[in-house]
Amino acid sequence: MNFPILSAVTFLPLIGSIFILLIKDSSDKSINSAKYVAIFTSFVNFLLSIFLWFSFDSSTADFQFIENKQWVKGYFNFKFGVDGISILFILLTTFITPLCILSVINSVKERIKEFLIALLVMETLMIGVFCSLDLVLFYLFFEGGLIPMFLIIGIWGGPRRVYSAFKFFLFTLLGSVLLLIAVISIYWITGTTDMTQLLLFNNIPKEYQYLLWLAFFSSFAVKLPMWPVHTWLPDAHVEAPTAGSVILAAILLKMAGYGFIRFSIGLFPVASDFFTPLIFLLSIIAIVYTSLVALMQEDMKKLIAYSSVAHMGFVTVGIFTLTKQGLEGSIIQMISHGLISAALFLCVGVVYDRVHSRMISSYGGLVHIVPKYAVIFMIFTLAALGLPGTSGFVGEILILIGAFQKNILVAVLASLGVIFAAAYMLWLYKRVIFGKINNNELKKIYDLNKTEIFILSSLAFLTLFFGFYPEPLLRTVDISVSELIRNYEMDLTFYLKETVK
Amino acid sequence: MDQLNFIIPELFLISSIMILLMIGVFYNNSFNLIYKLSVIILLATFILLFNHSIDTSIKLFNNSYAIDYFSLFMKALTLIACIFVMLSSFDYIKWIGINKIEYPILILSATLGMMIMISSYDLIVFYMGLELQSLSLYVLASFNRDNYRSSEAGLKYFVLGALSSGLLLYGCSLIYGFSGSTNFDLIAQNMDQLNTGSIFGIVFILVGLTFKVSAVPFHMWAPDVYEGSPTSVTTFLAIVPKVAALTVFIRFLYVPFFNVIGQWQMIIIFISLASMIFGAVTAIGQTNIKRLMAYSSIGHMGYALAGLATASNVGIQGTVIYLSIYLLMNLGIFSCIFMMRRKNIFYEDIQDLSGLSKNHPVISFCLLVLLFSLAGIPPLAGFFAKFYIFMAVIEAEMYTLAIMGLITTVISAFYYLRIIKIIYFDESKEKFEIDQNFGLRISLALSTIIILVYFIYPSLLIDVVSNINLI
Repeated sequence: MNFPILSAVTFLPLIGSIFILLIKDSSDKSINSAKYVAIFTSFVNFLLSIFLWFSFDSSTADFQFIENKQWVKGYFNFKFGVDGISILFILLTTFITPLCILSVINSVKERIKEFLIALLVMETLMIGVFCSLDLVLFYLFFEGGLIPMFLIIGIWGGPRRVYSAFKFFLFTLLGSVLLLIAVISIYWITGTTDMTQLLLFNNIPKEYQYLLWLAFFSSFAVKLPMWPVHTWLPDAHVEAPTAGSVILAAILLKMAGYGFIRFSIGLFPVASDFFTPLIFLLSIIAIVYTSLVALMQEDMKKLIAYSSVAHMGFVTVGIFTLTKQGLEGSIIQMISHGLISAALFLCVGVVYDRVHSRMISSYGGLVHIVPKYAVIFMIFTLAALGLPGTSGFVGEILILIGAFQKNILVAVLASLGVIFAAAYMLWLYKRVIFGKINNNELKKIYDLNKTEIFILSSLAFLTLFFGFYPEPLLRTVDISVSELIRNYEMDLTFYLKETVK
Repeated sequence: MDQLNFIIPELFLISSIMILLMIGVFYNNSFNLIYKLSVIILLATFILLFNHSIDTSIKLFNNSYAIDYFSLFMKALTLIACIFVMLSSFDYIKWIGINKIEYPILILSATLGMMIMISSYDLIVFYMGLELQSLSLYVLASFNRDNYRSSEAGLKYFVLGALSSGLLLYGCSLIYGFSGSTNFDLIAQNMDQLNTGSIFGIVFILVGLTFKVSAVPFHMWAPDVYEGSPTSVTTFLAIVPKVAALTVFIRFLYVPFFNVIGQWQMIIIFISLASMIFGAVTAIGQTNIKRLMAYSSIGHMGYALAGLATASNVGIQGTVIYLSIYLLMNLGIFSCIFMMRRKNIFYEDIQDLSGLSKNHPVISFCLLVLLFSLAGIPPLAGFFAKFYIFMAVIEAEMYTLAIMGLITTVISAFYYLRIIKIIYFDESKEKFEIDQNFGLRISLALSTIIILVYFIYPSLLIDVVSNINLI
């Protein structure tokens, strides 16, 4: 097939944003047309990615739909391609973005045109991260995402938005500059930054692997985020507008998880094996500590932000078990966390738009006033604590199965996180939804409108669907993950033999 | 006589300066005419550069004047930058009332000096070009003579510049004394036997050059001169002389001093590191945007010199690419500064940009792109500029320099972000006037667009500079 479908999926939102940029005046009519352009492009992009999924051949682990063009002459090529792992993240991105755009149109009043542009540019950059098969290209998209996100937090955020935006930007930038050094070093060590060649020949000498792994780790750990560099996340989440939080939680964090799977494990098997205890340690601390922190939060968004850190802790445990169950579990967990955390932030956004408070204490008794909201919120609360029947459960159970094979202690401690999650989520739900109505402002609020119902129920549908029937996801990743693990073990034995010699 | 063919651009520029002086003397109020003529002259000089084939590599006048691809590229860069600076600053010069005929003529003679510097292959020729350029710049810095800050800037620049020229000249004389020649090739041949005298010579010359590119520890003049000079002169100072100064820097390091690389490599690494760190840290507290740009230029020169420290062709090419992109970004930023005018008064405080995005969405978008590019965030051109530099640095296995350099990128990102914050997040103030002339708009639009879409075809600059091979 000659049609460059990946480039189309990646750059279509950018083209949409250029169209919005060209709409000059700010009358109601032109703002409406900006909205239609944004909805249209993101929706078409979703359909395009569905088409991509259907034409994807899940029986091979090779990269598909490869596009390779000369880019920086003599150095790097512009190389796109997907395998079973990355295609799911592309789908997640194209699915979440239209919902974000709908929610923005529904709730944001000020400078809406710029917001839509920022979201569409963001979509391009995020899809680019998952498509790129060249390290430099990957870095370009990975870092480029900082610009629109900085603006989204800073312009449309809450009262402490400047602090949060700066913290977000500088933390991630500092993590990433080491990644850049590592990428350039790889170029000089191996002579290429093409992922397919690097994975195929795996010619990064052992002595370099440890440092390079750490450089990649520094970037991904900040982005994921792992304990102890997670502190930007609660701030960014709290101050970001709803759509910003959704993008951040649902997709930006997944870039790092994807990076661990694709680059850390794929390129540096020896170092990954060596540093596994470190990852386990940090993940367990993240799971236990941030769960406890989440328990004591008085701000709903902050609570969900901390729970995100804990859930991402599960993901890293799963990835570095390096078993088939663990890896597949992490991927499913990332997808499902993308859906669930997005939905939870949207739920908070719904009441925030009406009451303008994120404090748990200003709510209570919502079930009497907004019953539909209470039902939807319950679905996602239960999904977040990993109730069987929701997609959260599938991911967690697979990760725990994987962890038990590798290290029982880690598995036991990680399971603690499941219990804590139940504690903080249910307590949150109880305080917000049940009880007496203390706050008189609450009596005036109205239930979900049609847009909100559409957004939240589509998320709920997928959460439940993948909870009962995760087969489509598993089938897509299966071969790619098996191949990844096979390669990893082959490389590891190869390097070990070399050491013995 | 055939050798004169190769210096037609310079000859043309000299005779044009004479003619312009005559016009200025005999016609009253001829500023407009002379200004426009000098832009046309610069354009014509640019075209004349391509009088000979671009592959020519020849040394003229007893090997004291080099015409090669490198000098051609740098001259072209100088002239283009000069044309755009003149186009963008026309309105400003008239608004603040420094529209005297000497202004364009001084700019032309500074440009002539730079062209001689770029081609110089001999200590004497080099020094001549340098002084022609410097003296013109001293006068330009104090051109707004009724303004005490401008006079102060000119005087400071002159005193410190004369000191550095003196050191440079002393270095030249030491080199001449110990190597027995002023020609670069002959110096290189005689440089093998190391003796203390010639090392002192190298150090003195490096000091003088460091002063000219405003790198730490000889940067002290930059903030005051940038702030005090009329903005049009600041723009010129920030953009055009850097090309010539870096060119002679490259020439000196890679032709006469290349054999003694061990003697200067550590110095360059130190200058580069110190400039990066100093530029990044000191810019944070600035409130005047011209002063901030001065500190930022110190930092940027640090990155440019990092490429030179590698002693490889990749490094030189990285530096040249960095310089080209840096000029473009600075041109854009200063175009924006020219636009900060309300009722005949030009504003220079960063706070005056507050809430710009509501009143002037297009200018703020341009500033956004330019500032993120200066901070080196992908996918803008500034990222590629840094990228090529660090490619070279890491190839030379200077990991400390690379890591420190990238960490200072993060620090310097902070103050660029602060400006973006003021533009986009803060409350809006009164509008600026928007009756800018065509030249100013074109230079802002062009620089922004090139920086924004550079990532689509990054090979362009690489293609052009990959022919620069000095080693």
